[in-house]
Amino acid sequence: MKLSKMTALLAMTVAMPAMATELEVTHWWTSGGEAAAVAELAKAFDASGDKWVDGAIAGGGGTARPIMISRITGGDPMGATQFNHGQQALELVEAGLMLDLTDVAEANNWKDIVFPPSLLEACTVDGKVYCAPVNIHSPEWLWLSNKVYEDLGIPVPTNWDEFVATAPQVDAAGKIPLALGNQPWQSNLAFGAMQIAVAGLDAWKAVNVDKNMDVAAGPEYAKVFAAAASARELARKSTVQDWNQATNLVITDEAAGQIMGDWAQGEFQVAGEVAGKDYTCLPGLGLNQYISTGGDAFYFPKLDDPEKEAAQKRLAALLVSPEVQVAFNLKKGSLPIRGDVDLSAANDCMKKGLEILAGGNIVPAGDMVWSPDVQKQAEDLMVEFWKSEMPAEEAHTKWVEILKSGL
Amino acid sequence: MASTTEAAVGRQGSAARPRARWTRNISAKIAALPMIATALVVFVGGTIWTVVYSFTDSKLLPRERFVGFDQYERLWETSRWIISIQNLLFFGVMSLVFTVVMGFILAVLMDQKIRHEDTFRTIMLYPFALSFIVTGLVWQWILNPDFGIQGVVRDWGWTSFTFDPLNNPETVLYGLLIAGLWQGTGFVMCLMLAGLRGIDEDIWKAARVDGIPTWKTYVMVIIPMMRPVFITTLVIVASGIIRLYDLVVAMTSGGPGGNASQVPAMYVYDYMFQAQNLGQGFAASTMMLLSVLIVLIPWAYLEFGGKKHG
Repeated sequence: MKLSKMTALLAMTVAMPAMATELEVTHWWTSGGEAAAVAELAKAFDASGDKWVDGAIAGGGGTARPIMISRITGGDPMGATQFNHGQQALELVEAGLMLDLTDVAEANNWKDIVFPPSLLEACTVDGKVYCAPVNIHSPEWLWLSNKVYEDLGIPVPTNWDEFVATAPQVDAAGKIPLALGNQPWQSNLAFGAMQIAVAGLDAWKAVNVDKNMDVAAGPEYAKVFAAAASARELARKSTVQDWNQATNLVITDEAAGQIMGDWAQGEFQVAGEVAGKDYTCLPGLGLNQYISTGGDAFYFPKLDDPEKEAAQKRLAALLVSPEVQVAFNLKKGSLPIRGDVDLSAANDCMKKGLEILAGGNIVPAGDMVWSPDVQKQAEDLMVEFWKSEMPAEEAHTKWVEILKSGL
Repeated sequence: MASTTEAAVGRQGSAARPRARWTRNISAKIAALPMIATALVVFVGGTIWTVVYSFTDSKLLPRERFVGFDQYERLWETSRWIISIQNLLFFGVMSLVFTVVMGFILAVLMDQKIRHEDTFRTIMLYPFALSFIVTGLVWQWILNPDFGIQGVVRDWGWTSFTFDPLNNPETVLYGLLIAGLWQGTGFVMCLMLAGLRGIDEDIWKAARVDGIPTWKTYVMVIIPMMRPVFITTLVIVASGIIRLYDLVVAMTSGGPGGNASQVPAMYVYDYMFQAQNLGQGFAASTMMLLSVLIVLIPWAYLEFGGKKHG
C-alpha cells in the first residue's frame, strides 16, 4: 500500500514539466554592487522559465577559480561558471570539458554583435565558441574622493601626475593618499594600470602584443617602475585586505584615491554617491585614455544531460541578450559587450567608459595575452615590490625575466 | 588410553603438515587489507605519481612532457620560494625549541602531584583539539590592533601601547609563533608527562639519597633517560611544522604585503591551482617531501635499525 503511494509520488515528479530546469551557477561576485548585478541575471533566468541556483564563492577570483576548476576536473561540474576573458579556462576547453556553444553563437549572431571582437576570440578555440561574454571591465581607473580635496582647498587632480604632486598635502592632512588592499592581484592591477598610463600605448602594445623584450627592458618601462615606486610610498598607510574595503576608504573620505577597475562603480552606487559630485573617476589614470578590455564570461561545463544542456544554451543566449546586458551592466558598473543597447541610464563614469569603447581606444587585457603562470609570477613580484624596499630597477629586471619565461 | 593415542596422532599429524606462516592470524590480515590498500595506493602511489610528474611541464592538467630538472631549476631561482624556506626554517626552529622547552617545564610542574591535575591537563590540551584555521583566526582577532590586545590596553589608558606583530613584516613570524606555540605546547606537555611518569620511583629516591639538587636531577639524569620521548616528540613536531599552511592562511595570508610570512605549502597551493602550473607545484611539494624524509629517516634508523639491545 505504502509502496504504491511512493511509486505514484515518484511517477508524478518524473512527469513534471521539463521546462523548469535548475542550473547551478558559480561566480565570485560577493561585494554589495556585484551581488546586486548577479541578482539581475538570476531574475532574468528565473523569469524565462528555468531556475538559477546561486553558487557564490567568496574570496575573489584567486580563491574561487581553483574551487571551480577542481569541481570540473573532479567530476562534479556545475551548470555554468564565471571566468575572466582570457586563458583561464583554456586547458579545460582543450581537454573537452566545456560545452560547445557555436550553434547558440551562430543563431544569435554573436560575431557581429560582440564588440570588441577580442572578447569572442578569447572564447573561441579551434573555431568553436565555448563561452558567453557578459561584460567588459577595465582596470585602469583612478577613483578620487572629491571631499578630501575640497577640505584641503585644492582642485581635484585630473591625472596621475597631479595626484602624485598633491599627495604630500593629503598625507599631511592625515588621510591615506592611495588606498591599496593586501590581496596580491590588487598590486598587480595597479601596476598594469600604470603601464598603459605612463608608458603609452605603443610601448604597451610592443611588450604585451608583440612580446618585444627590448622595449620591455627599455626606458619607457623604467619610467613605469619609477612611477610605481612613488605610488608605493603613497600606499604605505593602507592596511586593508579586500578591494572593496579599499574602495570604502575612498567612499568614506579616509583615502584620497584608489587605482581600481571600473567595478568599483558598483560600490559607489550602492553607497549612494554621485559621480562628479562625491567622487571622480579618471580612466587611464587621466594620462592616456585607454582601457583594456578584460571582463567576465560564462563557461558551461559538459553535463551528460540533454535537458540541462538545453537549459545551458538558453542561459548562454540570455546572457548576451540586450535586456539582460542593460540590467546587469548598469548595476555592475561595467560596459556591455554589445553596442546596440541603450545605456542612457548610466552614470558619468560609465558614459566615459562607453565613449572610450566606442572610440576604439581599447587594448586586450593581460589575461588574454599572458598565461596564468606568467600572471602569477608577475603578481608575486608585484606583491614583493609593493610592500618592501625593492629598488625599481631590480623589479624591472626581474619582471623582464618573468615575461621572457612565458614566451 | 585411546584418547591419548588420538592426541598423539593428532600432534604428529599437525607436526607433519605445519600450517603456513601467512595463514596465521588470517582474519586480522584480511581486516587490515583495506587500510594497506589505501596506504599503498593513495599515499605511496600518490607520492610516486607526484614525484614523477614533477619532471614534466604540466600546466592545469597533467601531461607527460618530460623536461628533466627544469621545474626544480626554476623553483630554486624563484625568490618567493627561497623566502618561504627561510621563513619556515626560522619558524620551525623557534617553534621546536620553545614547544619542547615549555612543554617539558609544564610537564615537570604537572608531575609534582598537584591537586586537580587532570583538570589542568585537560585545559592545557584543549588548544590542541582546535584546528589551525580556528587557532589562526582567533589569534588574528586577538592580535588585531583595533579590537584585540592593543585596542583593549589603549582603552584602559595606555594610549601609546603598541602590540601589532601581524602588520609588521619584521615581527609577523613572532605573531605566528605565539599562535603555534599556544596550540602545540599542550600536546608536547602530555608526551613529556607520559615520559616522566615512565621514570621509576626508585631513581628519584636514589637521587634524593645521594643529595643531588632537583634541577640537576632533571638535567643530568631524567632528560637523558627520556631520550626516546624527546626524539619522538621532535619528529612529530618537526613533521607537523613542515606542513605549516592553514595557520598562515588564517592569520596573515602570507603577508603583511609581500612575502613576509610565506611558507612552502602556500607556494605549492598557489602554483598548482592559481597559476595553473602543476609541474611547479609538484616540484615544490617533492622538496617538502625530501625535507620530511630527512627528518624521518634518521629517526627510523635509530628506532628500528641497528642491533636491539637486551
